[in-house]
Amino acid sequence: MTYEIKLDVFEGPLDLLLFLIKKNEIDIYNIPIAAITEEYLKHLEVMKSLNLDLAGEYLVMASSLVHIKSKMLLPVPEDAVEGEEEDPRAELVRQLLEYKAFKEAALNLGNRSLLGRDVFKREGFPERELDTEDQQLVELNIFELIEAFQRVLSTMKKEDIMEIEGERISLTDTINEILEKLGSEKDVTFTGLLGEGFSRRRLVYTFLAVLELIKLRLIRAYQAHPFGAIRIFLAVEE
Amino acid sequence: MEDLRAVIEAMIFSSEAPLTLNKMKDALGDAAEKSDILREIEEIREEHDKRAGGFVLMEIAGGYQFRTRPDISAWIRKIKGVKPGSLSPAAMETLAVIAYRQPVLKADIDRVRGVDVSGALKGLLEKKLVKMLGRKDVPGRPMMYGTSREFLEIFNLKDLGELPTLRELKELQEEE
Repeated sequence: MTYEIKLDVFEGPLDLLLFLIKKNEIDIYNIPIAAITEEYLKHLEVMKSLNLDLAGEYLVMASSLVHIKSKMLLPVPEDAVEGEEEDPRAELVRQLLEYKAFKEAALNLGNRSLLGRDVFKREGFPERELDTEDQQLVELNIFELIEAFQRVLSTMKKEDIMEIEGERISLTDTINEILEKLGSEKDVTFTGLLGEGFSRRRLVYTFLAVLELIKLRLIRAYQAHPFGAIRIFLAVEE
Repeated sequence: MEDLRAVIEAMIFSSEAPLTLNKMKDALGDAAEKSDILREIEEIREEHDKRAGGFVLMEIAGGYQFRTRPDISAWIRKIKGVKPGSLSPAAMETLAVIAYRQPVLKADIDRVRGVDVSGALKGLLEKKLVKMLGRKDVPGRPMMYGTSREFLEIFNLKDLGELPTLRELKELQEEE
């Protein structure tokens, strides 16, 4: 028996199974497990022989297919009530149907009129900030914080190389300093926290302290516009 | 108010991001009620549709924005000189699961797709289509994910309610 093997890249074991089901025009609610398992394993072999990166998930699916196949071979206990014993394939079918629904949903999403591909908006300058009251503050995410960190890092002088004794800073002290500052002022900027002529060590500790405080939900970081100053508020002030 | 319709049209035209009804009401103050503004927006939309010009008024991410007509996109792409960057099937599937199941844990996305979605998820976070919604209050405190405002803007959606329901999708499949 020869197998026609399709070498498209599959999005995972469920995708491969759906493909096999469609190709063989199989009723998804009544999958011939033995035949499908055989064909599935055949595909894995070809993928292996081509040195395709075979993710572990494919092997997990192979073993559950074999498991379902062996369960189907077992005789149903005589005292089992008709219909009460669940079909060993039920869970797999549910998984396949769910995945299929989302695969369709993904195609639907991709077929929408996408901005920058099918529709375009007027390009202009971002709205200028008026005064503090009118600023539209946007809560920052981790990537923007890291970007800000790297931006400050890149502006630091690099040529000043000399052996100095490391400034002793602890994370707890830095955290307390920030909280103290926020106790007397409504908000501070990230650069404001660093002060003049800060060291690399100080920058790292301040950054870590800000992250820790955000994690503890003690402070909030906002930014009015991309690349703008990062302003830090006490979280309780709202 | 000299010409409410002209003012609203100009406000939407001159805004960078989709302009919300609340923002317009704030700017107009006592000069117009929200119902007046909505009525004028509807008129503006109809005027533009009737004119069949190069752009139309769309409701995007809870606001209003003028966008070019989808059927003439090929010409606009030429003048913009951009190739549309598209998302991989893996990214699109991951995005679909997040859009429909949010707030959703990574483990749940893994389970639905049957693969590890770390890479796709990271890409979506970097593209800002997906954001972290906070941690779920269960052991391990896993992160919950959801779609962002950018997602609505890029995918031309008024709100998440505009997504067809999964059941509708199922019915479509059955009709085929």
